[in-house]
Amino acid sequence: MSICAADPSVSGGQRIFTIAVMGNPNCGKTTLFNALTGLRHKVGNYPGVTVEKREGAVSGEPSLRLLDLPGTYSLSARSPDEQIARDVLLGCLEDTPRPDGVLIVIDATNLERNLYLASQVLELGLPAVIACNMMDLLREAGHELDIRELSQRLQAPVIPTIGHRGVGIDKLKAALRDLCTAQRSVNRPRQWSLHEELEKEVRHVAAAMTASGFASPEGANGAALLFLSERELPANDHLPSLVSHSLSEAQERLRVHPELDVSLEVTAGRYAWLGELVDACLKRSERNLHGATDKLDRIFTHKVWGLVCFAAMMGLLFYSIFVLARPLMGLIETGVEGLQQFTARHLAAGPLRDLLTDGVIAGVGNVIVFFPQICILFLFIALLEDTGYMARAAFLMERIMSRVGLPGKSFIPLLSSHACAIPGIMATRVIENPKDRLATILVAPLMSCSARLPVYTVLIAACLPGNPWTKATVLLSMYGLGLITALTMATVFKKTILRGPTPAFIMELPPYRVPRLSAVLFVMWDRSKVFLTRAGTIILAITILLWAATHYPQNAQRAAHYEAQREAVLASGAADAESRLEAIAREEAADQLQHSYAGRLGRLIEPVIRPLGYDWRIGIGLVASFAAREAFVSTMGVVYGVGEADEATPSLHKRLREAQWPDGRPLFTPLVAVGLMVFYVLACQCVSTIAVVRRETNSWRWPAFQLAYMTGLAYMGALLVYQVGSALGIGS
Amino acid sequence: MTTIPLDSLNAGEQGHITGLAGAPDVRRRLMEMGLTPGTLLRVVRFAPLGDPIDIEVRGYHLSLRKHDARQIMLLRQ
Ligand SMILES: Nc1nc2c(ncn2[C@@H]2O[C@H](COP(=O)(O)OP(=O)(O)OP(=O)(O)O)[C@@H](O)[C@H]2O)c(=O)[nH]1
Ligand SMILES: [Mg+2]
Repeated sequence: MSICAADPSVSGGQRIFTIAVMGNPNCGKTTLFNALTGLRHKVGNYPGVTVEKREGAVSGEPSLRLLDLPGTYSLSARSPDEQIARDVLLGCLEDTPRPDGVLIVIDATNLERNLYLASQVLELGLPAVIACNMMDLLREAGHELDIRELSQRLQAPVIPTIGHRGVGIDKLKAALRDLCTAQRSVNRPRQWSLHEELEKEVRHVAAAMTASGFASPEGANGAALLFLSERELPANDHLPSLVSHSLSEAQERLRVHPELDVSLEVTAGRYAWLGELVDACLKRSERNLHGATDKLDRIFTHKVWGLVCFAAMMGLLFYSIFVLARPLMGLIETGVEGLQQFTARHLAAGPLRDLLTDGVIAGVGNVIVFFPQICILFLFIALLEDTGYMARAAFLMERIMSRVGLPGKSFIPLLSSHACAIPGIMATRVIENPKDRLATILVAPLMSCSARLPVYTVLIAACLPGNPWTKATVLLSMYGLGLITALTMATVFKKTILRGPTPAFIMELPPYRVPRLSAVLFVMWDRSKVFLTRAGTIILAITILLWAATHYPQNAQRAAHYEAQREAVLASGAADAESRLEAIAREEAADQLQHSYAGRLGRLIEPVIRPLGYDWRIGIGLVASFAAREAFVSTMGVVYGVGEADEATPSLHKRLREAQWPDGRPLFTPLVAVGLMVFYVLACQCVSTIAVVRRETNSWRWPAFQLAYMTGLAYMGALLVYQVGSALGIGS
Repeated sequence: MTTIPLDSLNAGEQGHITGLAGAPDVRRRLMEMGLTPGTLLRVVRFAPLGDPIDIEVRGYHLSLRKHDARQIMLLRQ
């Protein structure tokens, strides 16, 4: 353990060294990070963006802290992920101090491109260790890499590693330990040269950077080159004025040399140097490094088989979500019911018991019942990512999705949203372009999620005439309506509020890898957990609120009235006392609901929903559904006094069919039922979705907009169905 | 010898990059990904629906839309 000179970041007398882990996407950073920290790390978010921030202490070396950065191909950033990686390294990010050193991970099977980033980082002069990962693949193919030569030429220690087998981890730890005994910065002069004019300007800016203390004398040249060739700089207020002045002056002077192609200079120059370097260090064999990948791609991206495999895989995904998850969901339902019965039996009757059983347990149960589906979905997505198939899916879908202005990477998030919009929205993180990502987030909840299914089933079974085929067609049409509306709205958004140049599609097709179960399960759990905690807490709060709105205000007179009825029944000792007591309880619940805040709200909005063919009782259902759609079914159960209701309750079906307007017209005509389903297809009635969108977009603006536009669409859709249908005399 | 844009190559054909045009940041990113002048590049296949393209460059696979590939000029080999 090394204790270095006094420094601000001292904890308990011991200096903490922060080491950033940098590298290309998919080179094994997270695998090495996990191996070094022994999986003990905490995950957070960088402020303002939803790039995960993963930090952890090296096991056995508490003074060494690692910071896992998102993969990036270059220090000139294109996506929010890459921007984070660069800004952390340059110390331009609030809340994250500049790291004391870097662990650069390179993929040995793809040296030139990996070293492009590595050399950019090395030129910044930070103490650095290079982990040369995937050595197993290199050796299997019979290639030989001269590590010593590589280390010498890069002027940094290089440790060969095999991340997933833990090979080289001890040496890596030792090298990292040595980092913090070494000096603060290391002089590694750039070994390739630029055009004379450019070289001159780099020196100017570097001098300003050193003078203002923005960069160390050793790293100033590298930083100056990076900033000079960069079009989009990090937030400028982090630059000392001396530096930003000299930068703009230098750029001004470079502009008078139109023959000087800065982008070409910096990229081609670096690659030319790296080409020679790799040739000197690597003895290539005849064998192809990616033979298996090439063979697999001949099937998975084949004109016919590629699409067949894709469709089969998506079919399997759907099957697992809707069929395999069923038993688990049933188990959770049973557990929740058991818990409800337990509290009902063991607590004294009163508001506390009601709150616990009908509010907390029922409300949270409503949400965690979707947990198996979420887990399966995340398991699938983690598998697709870890094997490398995800990039192929985007490759296959790119053309189709671009018709509606979305990238191919939107396909899986949108598909996932059929199970639940929450994981779908979280899965949009793979989309680099912020506008594309936002458009996908905005339309994802239009996909018919599994929470809508109970509503569709109950309405179709209770209110629609016809044979099972017609009913199935109606159900499918609802799914179709959601899909078509989502794609249409995506086109509309991409042409209006989210308009912008179509970003170039430059995506690596990584080699296929055998997924490792532990890693996949870990990722699955990591993401599913968020659903449980975040959405769980908010759902809890809202369900308690909703419960209160339907149970209060209470009225002593009314309570006494029903109590008297109950006593009368008990006193009479009639044989059917039990069923009569139940009837009284139902009547009381309906009466209570009618006079509750929710009931009042239902009456208040009745004029608004009247044109849709709804009365205030449906209004209560709509209001309750804004917490969670499934609440519609249970609310209808309460409103129509059927006691415990689920979608299979025959008495609920009967009650719905018998429901009338005060003048005796039937309420739930087929037309109203279809209109209501259309409303549920289009409306954003899910607090968890709103909470997740708020988190993923880091603002209340987008969830508010989403709620507004979807409610507007839902209202217009239901209005259209009811008014046109009524005018034509259909289904009344 | 004349240069041709990348999207007019057939699957399986290869060539050396002679130059890149187009939007500055796309051009820059392509060069950072290793598509610098002089580099050998091979068209591996087209996606089932004709777009994007799967190319092999510096020992790895990259996919590009035809629209962006049009900006890359090659000398067919
Ligand atoms: N054969 C082999 N596979 C490895 C090695 N190290 C990691 N992998 C695998 O490579 C894949 C990618 O590893 P990750 O650790 O997720 O890569 P990453 O750099 O964190 O990727 P991003 O976070 O997407 O940038 C996983 O499937 C690992 O199991 C290695 O040394 N050899
Ligand atoms: Mg990672």
